[in-house]
Amino acid sequence: MSFLDYFRSKKTNTANVAKERLQIIVAHERGHRKQPDYLPALQQELLAVIRKYVDISDDMVQVEIDRTDTCSVLELNVTLPEK
Amino acid sequence: MARIIVVTSGKGGVGKTTTSASISTGIAKRGHKTVVIDFDVGLRNLDLIMNCERRVVYDFVNVIQGEASLNQALIRDKRVNTLFILPASQTREKEALTKEGVERVINELAQTFDYIICDSPAGIEHGAQMALYFADEAIVVTNPEVSSVRDSDRILGILQSKSRRAEKGQDPVKEHLLVTRYNPVRVERGEMLSVADIEEILAIPLMGVIPESQIVLNSSNQGLPVILETESDAGQAYDDAVARLLGEEREHRFMTAQKKGFFSRMFKGG
Repeated sequence: MSFLDYFRSKKTNTANVAKERLQIIVAHERGHRKQPDYLPALQQELLAVIRKYVDISDDMVQVEIDRTDTCSVLELNVTLPEK
Repeated sequence: MARIIVVTSGKGGVGKTTTSASISTGIAKRGHKTVVIDFDVGLRNLDLIMNCERRVVYDFVNVIQGEASLNQALIRDKRVNTLFILPASQTREKEALTKEGVERVINELAQTFDYIICDSPAGIEHGAQMALYFADEAIVVTNPEVSSVRDSDRILGILQSKSRRAEKGQDPVKEHLLVTRYNPVRVERGEMLSVADIEEILAIPLMGVIPESQIVLNSSNQGLPVILETESDAGQAYDDAVARLLGEEREHRFMTAQKKGFFSRMFKGG
């Protein structure tokens, strides 16, 4: 840091903020990109089945596929409402 | 075998057409027979950037629909005689670019040309997908700015899933990162993403960095590809990028701020 920098107003490093925000959103979007096309439809149908028995809202069923080298795991996460 | 290279970005206004004009001019200047195709149907601009807007008679869509031959539609560049421009149609719909039609034209061009440069429209819709579908390589033009980087990542996803190479299970499209409108002074102040940041996020090999420069607007005003401004930093940066694309090793330049001396600070106001 030079002598002159000392007098400049301290600004936040906005480039770092940009980088961190990008790393998060890009990682998130890449995760979704690898998901098969049928996933949203599967989610809707599962939601409909569960709704026959329990009253839940749209965001209470999460469906994801995790792929490793040897196998894929379909992960189904249902949050039931409190009584 | 012709090398088919798409210049793409997702986001608009980042410098796709400027880059297409300079890269194709640079390749052709080295003696390779090169054609640059404007895929931006309805918003044709490559002709203006390359100063041949008054010579357009037939266009890409005319050729696809059999209303003109390729030879009738191709415009030979007045400065570099191994360079040809295939202009986009200004009046048709984007859907006039059918996959079969584009393939037929590209196959015919591949018989006589060494390099086919496809200048993609912005966005990820039909026109952009047609421009990248047949590509062997992609130049992803990115500004050091959040929306541009995110859109570049999106277009990389499309290259990896919707190109012909992806659909046929062939080797993937070879990706090249070209950062444009780079301002090293602002990077040093922490106001702009650095090249290293962008490389880390997009994780593709860097082909070049074009500094933000007044010469870019000046040359587009005149219809002169920036690469022909051989004295300018942006022109030289494009020339380096072309050399790397053709397999030459060149050090990256114009990535650090030039320190101004005492006298230039005094007389130019720092």
